[in-house]
Amino acid sequence: MRAGGEAAGKDGDEDIVISVKGLRNCFGEQLIHEDLDLEVRRGEILGVVGGSGTGKSVLMRSIIGLQRPDAGEVEVFDVPMLTAGEAAQQGVRKRWGILFQGAALFSTLTLAENVQVPLREFYPRLSEKLLDEIAAYKIVMVGLPPDAGPKFPAELSGGMKKRAGIARALALDPELLFLDEPTAGLDPIGAAAFDQLTIDLRDRLGLTVFLITHDLDTLWTICDRVAVLADRKVIAVGTIPELLALDHEWIQEYFRGPRGRAAEEAVEEAEARAEAAEGDSKG
Amino acid sequence: MSSVARFTESAREGRRVLQFQGDLVLPKLGVLPNRLDRLKGRGFVLDLSGVNRMDTIGAWLVHRTARQRDGEIVGASDGVATLLRQVEAADQPVKVRPDPPPAFSRVLGQVGTATMLAGQTMLGLLAFFGALLVSTAQVIRHPRRFRVNAVVQRFEVVGVHAFGIIGLMSFLVGIVIAQQGAVQLRQFGAEVFTVNLIGRSSLKELGVLMTAIMVAGRSGSSFAAQLGSMKLAEEVDAMRTIGVSPMEALVLPRVFATVMMMPLLAFYAAIVSIIGGGIFCWIGLDIPPITFVQRTREVIPMTDLWQMLVKAPVFGFIIAMAGCFQGMQVEANAEEVGLRTTTAVVQGIFLVIVLDAFFAVFFTSVGWL
Repeated sequence: MRAGGEAAGKDGDEDIVISVKGLRNCFGEQLIHEDLDLEVRRGEILGVVGGSGTGKSVLMRSIIGLQRPDAGEVEVFDVPMLTAGEAAQQGVRKRWGILFQGAALFSTLTLAENVQVPLREFYPRLSEKLLDEIAAYKIVMVGLPPDAGPKFPAELSGGMKKRAGIARALALDPELLFLDEPTAGLDPIGAAAFDQLTIDLRDRLGLTVFLITHDLDTLWTICDRVAVLADRKVIAVGTIPELLALDHEWIQEYFRGPRGRAAEEAVEEAEARAEAAEGDSKG
Repeated sequence: MSSVARFTESAREGRRVLQFQGDLVLPKLGVLPNRLDRLKGRGFVLDLSGVNRMDTIGAWLVHRTARQRDGEIVGASDGVATLLRQVEAADQPVKVRPDPPPAFSRVLGQVGTATMLAGQTMLGLLAFFGALLVSTAQVIRHPRRFRVNAVVQRFEVVGVHAFGIIGLMSFLVGIVIAQQGAVQLRQFGAEVFTVNLIGRSSLKELGVLMTAIMVAGRSGSSFAAQLGSMKLAEEVDAMRTIGVSPMEALVLPRVFATVMMMPLLAFYAAIVSIIGGGIFCWIGLDIPPITFVQRTREVIPMTDLWQMLVKAPVFGFIIAMAGCFQGMQVEANAEEVGLRTTTAVVQGIFLVIVLDAFFAVFFTSVGWL
């Protein structure tokens, strides 16, 4: 199963990591998604935006199998998640990591133990010593202080919890990372650092990132493509300039509103500065 | 293609070379870490030229082996080298486990902590009792602040919903007492005193005690769990900042409802228990219901009923207060909610039984035999 999936990935003709087709979700009378299509390519950071209540989190939950859709197909690493057997699904679970909105750390385990949970679950043969070492370098990698290992989640700040959540999501060196509003509730410095962390991880480890966010700075700075959720489906996917070229009221309001403009200007300014610096060094 | 990670050992120019091959990724590692741990000697050359893929855990293994055994890494491709550099940067002394204190001081510490905790709990309970009295006084001064809706809702949950289970339990207890009592009394030819046994024990002790245990299990635990989760979700803090006193809005309605409901439930339990015993007497001992009722009226003094009606609200108060107090003590995590809920029930039942003993002595000394 796994070998086949990887072989397909290497051939390059199959660089779609997540494929959602004709997804339909409803809660009672309320229709959340209808005919929703979405594809996520290998190695990209895909941002998912949409107004409150448009079902961004529900979409993520449908992909990762926490919410059974009423209709549609969901394929992750070419495994049809709705029809595949438990073994195949477990194989996919080894290859993704998920950061929930509230980090969802296990409150009765220490931070280091939280990071070790997936490793223990999937690779029971790893020695205790190696597990501790892995937890240690993962903790450093996500930028947590070295004394954070034996602390319990209740003793951590919000930003540290998110980093710890990422460390747990990265425990198995996944190929695919789901982030649900990673920068929500962080201060601007922390949020910027988190954006940098996401990019770093993608560049270093070749991750594919599925990112739900409301943070316009995050969208501008780190997302390769952005998918816009509205009217119960994905109305557009593309880079932000591509989206801005579309004549859709919500998209225009979202990116052209006062907050959107500020984020755009910040990015332009940074680019201009980078170009100037390059020119200086050449001159 | 993709293959299991492995290494072979050879000698090259007088140095020992570890030639790595395959995918150095977590799912393909297998026994590689153990084999690396078992290696003896130092000064290896780690040749990575045969490695297809690598992840951070594979990189960590290589890095660790090189560091511990003065190894030299050769043949790394660009990607692998980058990964190794990153892992190396993340190699810092990190505390993974809390330091275990020495055994003697740990035991001493545990005893001390337990003592402190017991003392603090008693003080906290006293303080909670005081706060409850204060807010009761405030509600009496401003009757408009009394939350009628909340109280009525609690009446339903604590009282009405408990009818079925308490009725069934009391009925069965009544039958069991009648049956067991009859067996013993028959030895003296005093079967007819079974009626005394059923009537007096149900009304005076068992009805109210069994009801208290059931209410502690049903309502005391749910109070602790509800308030505990509300504290975790910062609902209680939100309430305070809005200017609503949690004591008034959450605790008082629960305590008041339990105090009101306990006498009713206890009376109902006693009656159902007497009915159960009566049915056994009718079927098992051939005492007709008319005789049973008549005899019951003769042998049960009214003071038995007064005893029950005095005890029941006090027990209700103790149970509700233990539940709410433990719920409000929740601070840290989900596990604590469970712990506090258990404590609430245990504490409630324990205090009820202790008080029941006091009541028994007290009522006897005032002549309510």
